Amino acid sequence: MDTPVTPHSNYLTDGYTLKSWLLTRDHKRIGLLYLFSVTSFFVLGAFFAAVIRAELLTPAGDLVASDTYNRLFTMHGVVMVFFFLIPAIPSVLGNFLVPIMIGAKDLAFPRLNLLSWYLYTFGGLFTLWALVNGGVDTGWTFYTPYSSSFSNSNVALVIVGIFINGFSSILTGLNFIVTIHKMRAPGMTWFRMPLFVWAHYATGLIMVLGTPVIAITLVMVAAERLLHLGIFDPKLGGDPVLFQHLFWFYSHPAVYIMILPAMGVMSELVAAFSRKAIFGYQFVAFSSLAIAALGFLVWGHHMFVSSESVYSAMAFSLLSFLVAIPSAVKVFNWSATMYKGSISFEAPMLYVFGFIGLFMIGGMTGLFLAAIAVDVHVTDTYFVVAHFHYIMVGASIMMFMGGVHFWWPKIFGKLYHEFWAKVAAVTIFLGFNLTFFPQFIVGYLGMPRRYHAYPPEFQLWNILSTAGATVLAVGYAMPAFYLLHSLLKGKPAPSNPWGAKGLEWETASPPPTHNFETPPVVTEPPYNYAK
Amino acid sequence: MAPRVDALYYFLIAVTAFFTLLVAGLVIYFAFKYRRKLKDDAGAPIHGSMWLEAAWTIIPLIIVLVIFGWSSSIFFSMARPPAHTLDVYVVGKQWMWKFQHPDGRMEVNELHVPVGVDVKLTMTSQDVIHDVYVPNFRLKADVLPGKYTHMWFKATKPGKYHLFCAEYCGTNHSGMVGWIIVQERAEYEQWLAGSLGQGTTMAQAGEKLFKDLACSSCHQTDTIGRGPTLVGLYSNKVNLDSGSTVVADDAYLRESITNPRAKVVAGFQPVMPSFQGLVSEEALLQLLEYIKSLKATPSNATGVVSPPAPASPAKK
Repeated sequence: MDTPVTPHSNYLTDGYTLKSWLLTRDHKRIGLLYLFSVTSFFVLGAFFAAVIRAELLTPAGDLVASDTYNRLFTMHGVVMVFFFLIPAIPSVLGNFLVPIMIGAKDLAFPRLNLLSWYLYTFGGLFTLWALVNGGVDTGWTFYTPYSSSFSNSNVALVIVGIFINGFSSILTGLNFIVTIHKMRAPGMTWFRMPLFVWAHYATGLIMVLGTPVIAITLVMVAAERLLHLGIFDPKLGGDPVLFQHLFWFYSHPAVYIMILPAMGVMSELVAAFSRKAIFGYQFVAFSSLAIAALGFLVWGHHMFVSSESVYSAMAFSLLSFLVAIPSAVKVFNWSATMYKGSISFEAPMLYVFGFIGLFMIGGMTGLFLAAIAVDVHVTDTYFVVAHFHYIMVGASIMMFMGGVHFWWPKIFGKLYHEFWAKVAAVTIFLGFNLTFFPQFIVGYLGMPRRYHAYPPEFQLWNILSTAGATVLAVGYAMPAFYLLHSLLKGKPAPSNPWGAKGLEWETASPPPTHNFETPPVVTEPPYNYAK
Repeated sequence: MAPRVDALYYFLIAVTAFFTLLVAGLVIYFAFKYRRKLKDDAGAPIHGSMWLEAAWTIIPLIIVLVIFGWSSSIFFSMARPPAHTLDVYVVGKQWMWKFQHPDGRMEVNELHVPVGVDVKLTMTSQDVIHDVYVPNFRLKADVLPGKYTHMWFKATKPGKYHLFCAEYCGTNHSGMVGWIIVQERAEYEQWLAGSLGQGTTMAQAGEKLFKDLACSSCHQTDTIGRGPTLVGLYSNKVNLDSGSTVVADDAYLRESITNPRAKVVAGFQPVMPSFQGLVSEEALLQLLEYIKSLKATPSNATGVVSPPAPASPAKK
């Protein structure tokens, strides 16, 4: 392993003024701006969740009023989905790593990249402003005609916030696609790209193709609300179910915006800590594209009880079962990658184990929901809440945390305290399961979601869930301390602390402003660990 | 229905447990067996195996297809009500459930049904989307404004079962709950006899509306008026002036009242005004029940609780 080298100058030493950050066009600095922003929104969203869990400790709705509770779960969903989960991995790790991994100096459109951060931040602040001004109580799904004709909350303002934010997603996706097509280093063929890059390519496609649909849909809700154009409200001649079709046409693929980059991180981590090539590289690469494509064809499974016709429900059910296959293939491939590897157990690898656990349970319970007969019973109950938290939160957070820990030495050139990082990883995993596993049970017993008060027979499971949330909160808080400590007092990191393969480990930690001292030329396949 | 859903559910749990334990077992075994022994060790040069890849693509595919077939067969039974059912009409509103029995009884947040009888709910909402959810029956269906949806069930055990609104509908969503009360026949008959609202059946109420709203001036029962006669119309085919045909079901009748020009019967002028907003959801359902009662041949109802025969003007 290399000896620690702190390069004479790097992207962090390139300017210390606020202006040097706020007007930067360096993808690495923009990645860090995003890291700051998405973490702030995460803390905010987690706060809402904490109040929700405290309220649900007892069956009676006694901690906050119903209207407040409805605003809390709505804002929790809006903030976590649109301002944390969707941008988290692509905008932070993707922004930082995609250009370095393919040997480029930057993304194809650095100014658009900076613009995307400003759009994200303005969209977010706008949404916060709406929150201070009375909040929104429609649920993050904005179902009509409640959202368009009935809700007395700040629906239109929040929609504007999400609308603005959507452009940041489109610009990020566009940047990835163009960069991956046009800026690969000499010798970096498509099948030499790290799987992280493949995953971000697939994610970019969904961002560019899907986001405009949600933007238009939300504009239509605002138009009906403000101008009384009859689109969704039957009293004005509209169709409320039309909204659900449009909404889920984006929002189901949006789940893949959250999970595909996590799968990308997973592939990097499992290869690095097994010191072994990914088992079935091409299968894993193509399964990302298969998921991106099939993901656009399954939206109707959110609507099995919304008066969908019997045959269209069956078609969506079948397609939903099919989209499970590429995900299953990936899990088997990652597990097989460990076979005859050389496995070590640093903190990021613990997140790999956590990811496999949560992703298996989240993915398998997806089969329950694709099976219409079972879905009819469990949809809109806590079973669904548990399922989507496992898959899009659990799996994404595991890999967001795993990725941040894995690349932390590269990003900041500092090492963190390994012991505490491991403790945090285990705490988060245990806390997560204790929070959400009881929700599967209480959901099958029939507890509907979005209930401020609930019948007393469901209390036991809610107490367990709230206890888990407390453990989870402790787990989430720990990195704030040891990572901050690492920034201030951490030991300098060598350029390749894990002995991992990939162009990002061949350049200095932190990387120089233009990523490489000399432009790299790629001569070997990815994950070329065995000599 | 519940035992069939549960059987599939337990099968799914078994499949989940099997694969989760299989993968977890392998991962833990590999992690232990192949843990790094020397600092600079690297893994073996294995890049994949076509056979394995094919196997773990095709085996899960077969399993999900089995689940799909199984689930769909249950879903078919759920989606198709039997021919003869005890009909109950449901109107959801923020934040209560209103039930109308064909014999005119109204209930709020409580629905009494006899055990062992096929019950069909015809449901609509007068404001936002709601959802009738009875966990014990493993059944759920959205209740939409401007549209009828259906749900049917046959309760097998007397008891009191939770009814939840499962589609978020605003402030007091979690208070929009009620009970399905399943009673033995005798007990149910007693409840029927003792409850309020007797006297006017839904069809009779509908007939009164039919006159009050002056529907009867055009839709006559013995001759052809300015509008087509409605006798013997329900669930039969109607020829439209567009040349196509449509079955006169709940959705068609509802549309013909609220938006008459959408489908005009062949041979008639589009002169009927819209009654959108002029009749409440309950009244619409009463009109519907009245139109259903206008049978071409004398009615011989087969339902367990046949409503008192409405004074049918169809009889000469």
